[in-house]
Amino acid sequence: MKFMFIVKSAHAGPPPPKLLEAMHKLADREIKAGRMLDNGGLMPLAMGAQVRVVDGRLSVLDGPFVEAKEVIGGYAVFELRGKEEALASATEFMQLHKDLFPGWEGTCELRAFAPTGP
Amino acid sequence: MRAADAHRAILAVWRIEQPRLITSLARMLRDVPLAEELTQDALLAALERWPATGVPEKPGAWLMATAKHRALDHLRRSRMLERKHEMIAWDMEEEEQTMPDLDSALDDDIGDELLRLIFTACHPLLSREARAALALRMICGLTTEEIARAFLLPDATIAQRIVRAKRTLSESGLAYEIPHGDALSERLSSVLEVVYLIFNEGYAAARGQDWLRPQLCNEALRMGRVLTSIAPDEPEAHGLLALMELNASRTAARTDAAGEPILMLDQNRTLWDQFQIRRGMQALGRARELGGAGGFYALQAAIVACHSRAGTAGETDWSRIARLYAELAAVVRSPIIELNRAVAVSMAEGPVAGLAIVDCLMREPALKSYHLLPSVRGDLLRKLGRCDEARASFEAAAALAGNKREHDLLKRRAAEAADAAMSS
Repeated sequence: MKFMFIVKSAHAGPPPPKLLEAMHKLADREIKAGRMLDNGGLMPLAMGAQVRVVDGRLSVLDGPFVEAKEVIGGYAVFELRGKEEALASATEFMQLHKDLFPGWEGTCELRAFAPTGP
Repeated sequence: MRAADAHRAILAVWRIEQPRLITSLARMLRDVPLAEELTQDALLAALERWPATGVPEKPGAWLMATAKHRALDHLRRSRMLERKHEMIAWDMEEEEQTMPDLDSALDDDIGDELLRLIFTACHPLLSREARAALALRMICGLTTEEIARAFLLPDATIAQRIVRAKRTLSESGLAYEIPHGDALSERLSSVLEVVYLIFNEGYAAARGQDWLRPQLCNEALRMGRVLTSIAPDEPEAHGLLALMELNASRTAARTDAAGEPILMLDQNRTLWDQFQIRRGMQALGRARELGGAGGFYALQAAIVACHSRAGTAGETDWSRIARLYAELAAVVRSPIIELNRAVAVSMAEGPVAGLAIVDCLMREPALKSYHLLPSVRGDLLRKLGRCDEARASFEAAAALAGNKREHDLLKRRAAEAADAAMSS
């Protein structure tokens, strides 16, 4: 089963080097274990834009977006055996934040990919 | 949380930690089967404890500490108190003072140990079936019951297979070794063979059955990715990974809504997983960079890649496929590969050229009862308008077909050829 992990936080600014290092090691382990298929971090909202359809009309909104609270900072794609494994994996990832980034608050949302085919 | 849910949650945590647990213990005990057993003990301890206490904050550290305690107990109990063991025991008592923490856990590069583990589990001394069961158990962390369900066998059969295999390893003194040089590639082929066996077992399973059977494909893919990261210079490891990724990319398109198989040329190619195809192509590229373009798995992957690259069945580069089959036939002499080449040649150059190869194969004793040979022959004869001969070939193929669905299909084709012969 494929899962996408989406990490969101209202916290601006880069993570401390110790956390970065730990996340890097965790990612390395997960890739070597054949579980993590892809991952990446996203640039701040100021670098992005939104294209919307509201009331049947298209509009383009350049970042940053003042109303945005939790912002997606990164994602990862995993091939896992099920939701339990995804939960265990996401918990380990968030434990690193808890230990190495005091004061940080955020969410790791895990979503299963929809199956393709008939 | 229900007990079954708690059980699954604990198993999930344990599976993430298992490779590190088993390799750490194997390093201490210098015995993989024993390390595996004590790792299982740590799982049992967690299953006993955690439902009451909740999963600890650092489950990996808890499991590691528990497993190491078991190993220490074992060493204390065993009478082999040579100096070596005293040293280990002393080290471990030191280690006992401090609980291992998550940061140091992530610092462990277990690559070499894991490779040793895989080589031990897939030792050529063991039968292919035993190697497959042991690999799924020790590397993927599957339980005996899960392996049994995946292979459609009774639990007891798998349990016995695992016990016997572990005993063989322990008694032969081969329980902890890593090959080097020439022996490495020779031994690697025994590992790759097992991974491919597991993949094919899963690939052969139709959808809608017990999820654990198709899951075998994912377990094999995962092992393939592990192998390419811990043995990154072995071209055939990349070749096998490419072959598996490219084949697995068609999973969603392989069956219709009723679960009936759809042949590759009739599949809806928009259902092929492009993400997975990209990974397969990357692995194939890596195999080639390492000079392994002519390897057994890399060549098969290159053949599948021709299909993956074709936007429609009509765009398939059959000449290239025919050439690759010729190369493959030079690596392994196999009449089945030759039959595949005949099909590719007929697609590239027409039925006459294909039939010439097939007619040579008719004398091949190994294919005497292989229904696909007369089936392919019938198809080529039918395309050439030689309908009477086509009918006879389809009849012969139907008589040899093992399953009813194929038998019925061949009978229908025979009847169609007979009709065509009448009206011509």
